[in-house]
Amino acid sequence: MSISRRKFLGWVGAAGLSTTIGKPAAAATNQEFAGYPDSFAILHDTTLCVGCRSCEAACNKVNDLPQPDQPFTDLSVLETPRRTTTKAFTVVNKHDSLKKPGHPVFYKKQCNHCLEPACASACFVRAFSKTKTGAVVYDASVCVGCRYCMIACPFEIPTYEYDQALTPRIRKCTMCHPRVIEGQLPGCVEACPMEALSFGKREDMIKIARERFRKYPDRYVDHIYGEHEMGGTSWLYVSGTPFKELGMREDLGTTPAPELTAGALSSVPIIVGLWPVLLAGIYAVSKRKEKIAQTEQEQAAASALDADRSEPSQPEEES
Amino acid sequence: MAQVTTGERKSIFSLFNFIALIVLGVGVYLTYLRFTGGLASVTNLSDYNPWGIWISFDLLCGVALAAGGYVTSSAVYLFGMKQYHSAVRPAILTGFLGYALVFLAINYDVGRPWRLPYPLVVQQGTTSVLFEVGLCVATYLTVLFIEFSPAAMEWLGLKRARNIPIYFFVTSIVAGLSMVIFESTLSHRFFAYKMDETHLKEASGVTLGFGKAASYVLAGYFAIKVLGISAENHWHYLKTGYGTWYLVELLGFVALPSLLYAFGVRTKSLTLIKFTSVLAILGVILNRFNISLVAFNWQLPAGERYFPHWMEIGISVFIVMIGLLLYRFIATRMPILYEHPDYKDAH
Repeated sequence: MSISRRKFLGWVGAAGLSTTIGKPAAAATNQEFAGYPDSFAILHDTTLCVGCRSCEAACNKVNDLPQPDQPFTDLSVLETPRRTTTKAFTVVNKHDSLKKPGHPVFYKKQCNHCLEPACASACFVRAFSKTKTGAVVYDASVCVGCRYCMIACPFEIPTYEYDQALTPRIRKCTMCHPRVIEGQLPGCVEACPMEALSFGKREDMIKIARERFRKYPDRYVDHIYGEHEMGGTSWLYVSGTPFKELGMREDLGTTPAPELTAGALSSVPIIVGLWPVLLAGIYAVSKRKEKIAQTEQEQAAASALDADRSEPSQPEEES
Repeated sequence: MAQVTTGERKSIFSLFNFIALIVLGVGVYLTYLRFTGGLASVTNLSDYNPWGIWISFDLLCGVALAAGGYVTSSAVYLFGMKQYHSAVRPAILTGFLGYALVFLAINYDVGRPWRLPYPLVVQQGTTSVLFEVGLCVATYLTVLFIEFSPAAMEWLGLKRARNIPIYFFVTSIVAGLSMVIFESTLSHRFFAYKMDETHLKEASGVTLGFGKAASYVLAGYFAIKVLGISAENHWHYLKTGYGTWYLVELLGFVALPSLLYAFGVRTKSLTLIKFTSVLAILGVILNRFNISLVAFNWQLPAGERYFPHWMEIGISVFIVMIGLLLYRFIATRMPILYEHPDYKDAH
């Protein structure tokens, strides 16, 4: 079979064009990811939470964490704001309501299990992965202990065993991944006596939240925190007071963290490829200039020498 | 020329040696603490502040200040500026030691340093900026080692092995240029007896030329910073406390050294250029600190913010001291500040 030159060039042209305009703009890692289908989420309704710390106790038990200095029944710890630690993967904090003074609001804090986790994209050894159940899990067997995940996390959740000399790990909520794959509920959800925590498919949790907004419009702020924050998370929150008053950041935006660095990283191969070419070019130019200068100098010296000897100068033909 | 014997050499360093001994002793003790008690025993790092001065100073500043190696070697070998040839070896030595010490500091900072090759050989986190940084540091360190190796080979008398000509480069030019000026100032102060005629003759040319380049680069940097604010219309941030501090950095440590460098070059004032190089280096250090510490987690209450423990600073001083001692060891033995008589005009 024979192909005409014109036809062949036509194909090549079409192929070239389609690679430039035909493909979607999803180059490198800039793909959109709306979460695994049927992945799970937990909905935390802060209007139902009474700050009993049952979830903290359950979390401590299922994760085999050391006993705290004060027992979980001691509610005085709620008076000072706390964060997650290596010994507590979840903490409940008490906030005064500006709307209804004397009626404090409680907010349970733990890893939000982002759909596109900042920690996972920041890790240079891929110690974190987003599982199909929705949990973001950590593998201590490859972790170098650089703590870049802690820098990257917009919610300041991962904690580090600073007191371990040679085997420090990152510690954080696992969304009870080992329990969930065995068909059990996460420890905190199971323990909550007020049904302030609901576990289920993420789409269903969003539907439940909207249903509550519709039924009790006076009770809620019309926003599901985590639906879109940082590209969406597998923990969702509804509240009667603005989320900012619960100490939750409202300035994070809806762009998933990995997208913030994908652009810069995708330019690396171009630089790696083109930089040597550019530099080699500059090197060649400066070498050539040097060579020309040297030749000219030699010629000048030679002709000066010739003139000195006052002999009939022979025109040089070689160069 | 190189084999000048001086009796005063030892006395110059006796006080320095004494201080060095103390620093090394404390450093070894702190190293012991770090690797037996964990980071908690020597640092003020916390879950809110996972990175401290070992990252801000030893890593970020170390990398920037070691940039003299590629700046000088590309000027000489790539752009053919032969008049700076004598500055290449000291600059590469500084760069090589700087990067080697960055690597040493990382070994203190990460939890399990023996796993540092994991990102390359076990699992590659290619979406991580740190992966890219690690790759660059590893590559540049290798290149600097190769670039430095001719001096070591000549010293050891290994003729064949010395000809491994690879010249490479990465980022951060101001620090590189200023560091070359600063390093040459110190070298002239302490190692002048080791310098050959070429080195001494070219030195003021290096200072003037590099000062001029640094002035231009700083002016360009100033321009892109201002353009950056304009493009995003962030002028209102300048009125805040952080904005004032930002202006201190931008006017005092970018615009001012740019002008002073220009003025120093025009009036041929080597003193002013040398002074400005210190200002510019401080500016680079200030910049790295502002970005990685001052502005990090700005939203946290003051009580949760980080200030280094004295033992963290101790480790940093220890690592810088190792660098100074290695530089002295090498510059007083290997052909760094002079050309080896057997290899003259060979490079």
